[in-house]
Amino acid sequence: MSDAVIKPPHGSPSAPLVTKQRTLAADVWRQFRQHRGGVVGAIVFLTIVFLVIFGPYLHGINPAALDVRSRNLGISFAHPMGTDNLGRDMFAQVLAGGRTSLSVGITAMMLSLLLGTTIGVVAGYFKRLDGPLMRLTDLFLALPLLPLLLVIIMLFRDVLRARFGPETGIFLLIVFVIGITSWMQTARIVRGAVLSVKEQEFVLAAKSIGTRERRIVTRHILPNVLSPIMVSATLGIATAIITESALSFLGLGFPSDFPTWGRLLYDGVNFMTINPSRVIWPGLAISLTVLSINYVGDGLRDALDPRIRGR
Amino acid sequence: MSVELAEHPINQPASPAPLVRVEDLLMHFPVYKGILRRQIGAVKAVDGLTFDIRKGETLGLVGESGCGKSTTGRALLRLYRATGGRILFEGKDIAALDGEPLRRMRPRMQMIFQDPQASLNPRMTVGSIIAEPLIEHGVYKGEARKAKVRELLDAVGLNPDYVNRYPHEFSGGQRQRIGIARALALDPDFIVCDEPIAALDVSIQAQVVNLLKDLQKKLGLTYLFISHDLSMVKHIADRVAVMYLGKMVELADVATLFAVPKHPYTKALLSAVPVPDPQVEATRKRIILKGDIPDPANPPVGCKFCTRCPEAIERCFVEEPVWREVDPGRHVACHRV
Ligand SMILES: Nc1ncnc2c1ncn2[C@@H]1O[C@H](COP(=O)(O)OP(=O)(O)OP(=O)(O)O)[C@@H](O)[C@H]1O
Ligand SMILES: [Mg+2]
Repeated sequence: MSDAVIKPPHGSPSAPLVTKQRTLAADVWRQFRQHRGGVVGAIVFLTIVFLVIFGPYLHGINPAALDVRSRNLGISFAHPMGTDNLGRDMFAQVLAGGRTSLSVGITAMMLSLLLGTTIGVVAGYFKRLDGPLMRLTDLFLALPLLPLLLVIIMLFRDVLRARFGPETGIFLLIVFVIGITSWMQTARIVRGAVLSVKEQEFVLAAKSIGTRERRIVTRHILPNVLSPIMVSATLGIATAIITESALSFLGLGFPSDFPTWGRLLYDGVNFMTINPSRVIWPGLAISLTVLSINYVGDGLRDALDPRIRGR
Repeated sequence: MSVELAEHPINQPASPAPLVRVEDLLMHFPVYKGILRRQIGAVKAVDGLTFDIRKGETLGLVGESGCGKSTTGRALLRLYRATGGRILFEGKDIAALDGEPLRRMRPRMQMIFQDPQASLNPRMTVGSIIAEPLIEHGVYKGEARKAKVRELLDAVGLNPDYVNRYPHEFSGGQRQRIGIARALALDPDFIVCDEPIAALDVSIQAQVVNLLKDLQKKLGLTYLFISHDLSMVKHIADRVAVMYLGKMVELADVATLFAVPKHPYTKALLSAVPVPDPQVEATRKRIILKGDIPDPANPPVGCKFCTRCPEAIERCFVEEPVWREVDPGRHVACHRV
């Protein structure tokens, strides 16, 4: 007891002599590989992305090409997913639709995540801004969404189309509209998490060291609210893809000759009894994407938490 | 600084100059209620403290749970903005300091926390936790910083090869050592130890306390040692202050305070400490305090301790006793002394 400074003997099994810098990325990757769901999810998601990007080069049929003689066909070698009522190839349409749906989903999710996280962290950390920001969040939650979307799209569609061309213009508009109408849940969840993390002693310790507020937020608060952000992100992609479908269905989204998964799904609804595969394929694509992203999110969340990583 | 000393002459001429001087420190937490969030009162967590901490000494701070010990420590380090009073660190008032000047003062005073688990960010490696103060104040760079971190780990008795581990991979005692290493990183003069051993196993408590003592000897540190554990305070402190409900009731050096406590509250506290001598222990009479500690948002009028004091007289219920020096270096706030 007199010798308070007990040094573990060097080289003992509990004290490995590895001083090699453990990098965070390597640690996270090592742990992620052990999460079976995450790995399967990542493989499925990457396959979908790969198919959507390179598929059209392998399956060279133009998704817009009409062929009245081969309408409502079933699965065949030439048309792996059959054809629709105008004789368009479903597989080509699903591939082309995937490009739009995935890019809308991911971009809109990132926008909504950025907005939600920023507002949540600021509201949770700075007491003075909490009230106003949370009232703003409530305001957005209470807004009647569809009329609002209608108005925004009516007002800005033509302006954006003229500026960026019909497709990019509508893409930007839809991403923006989905982004600013879906950040509220993230903001609320993140705020709650920040409120509890900021009361922990390590934040006080950082303050006593003289860490600047900005750094306290980025170094201590954000990494510790990563789990809810991760969950929001995975759910966000799903919501964004589905909202885009709803917009397309209402005629507010992409033009009708421009396939997206949501659009294909809604176009197929009327023909469901004659040709069920018209809803099955795009539906399956959406579900698989959302599911695989959820698993990837789960795996990432665990891999990013050192307490779980250690096990 | 010399001006300050002239203004506040120290009673014991032999004692070294105070490093920290606290004058009438107030820390009230407002209480809001209702839909309009109007302030309806305040929790008077710290309600008028005056004391000094001398350079190189350990001042023990004891008192019941909720009496404002942690709040005092945190207010001293300016983790809170004091409601009133002055905090003189080497004669410089830091109570109203803000922003960059306050940040520049931070390295001089550090804190060791009660819960070693909660005070370490679970997502940072030990290396980056200890390096954080060095990075924030830009005192060491690159390889020198890595060397300093290893040196600090070594100084608190941990294997320097642990830099890449995460806090959850350590035991409670080891985590507390990490906390100590972080507090030492910037070569502070003054450290507030907020119940640094309360969460530890008894066998490890002594190790950590001895480590703190060793470091004090080596580095000339000044401690404010907050604790419930009177026997541990007796072991480590040079002087002891006793707090009750946001007020100090007695302050004296360890030997005097433990030998002849003057305030009834101190007497009650000390009567609960077991004595090693079995003969004395057999005749030890415990003073059991009646009732609970009052609500600090609504403290009793007069002496704060009057509701539970076995020696209370009429005057105690109407007039608050002043904090006065009864003997040189010995302060008490009680009408009966
Ligand atoms: N941030 C705060 N807001 C409101 N009241 C507070 C706050 N912090 C502390 N208090 C109140 O101030 C009083 C003193 O708290 P403090 O944490 O200083 O007690 P303590 O003496 O350290 O107790 P313990 O020994 O249990 O750690 C308590 O009544 C507590 O409820
Ligand atoms: Mg405390």
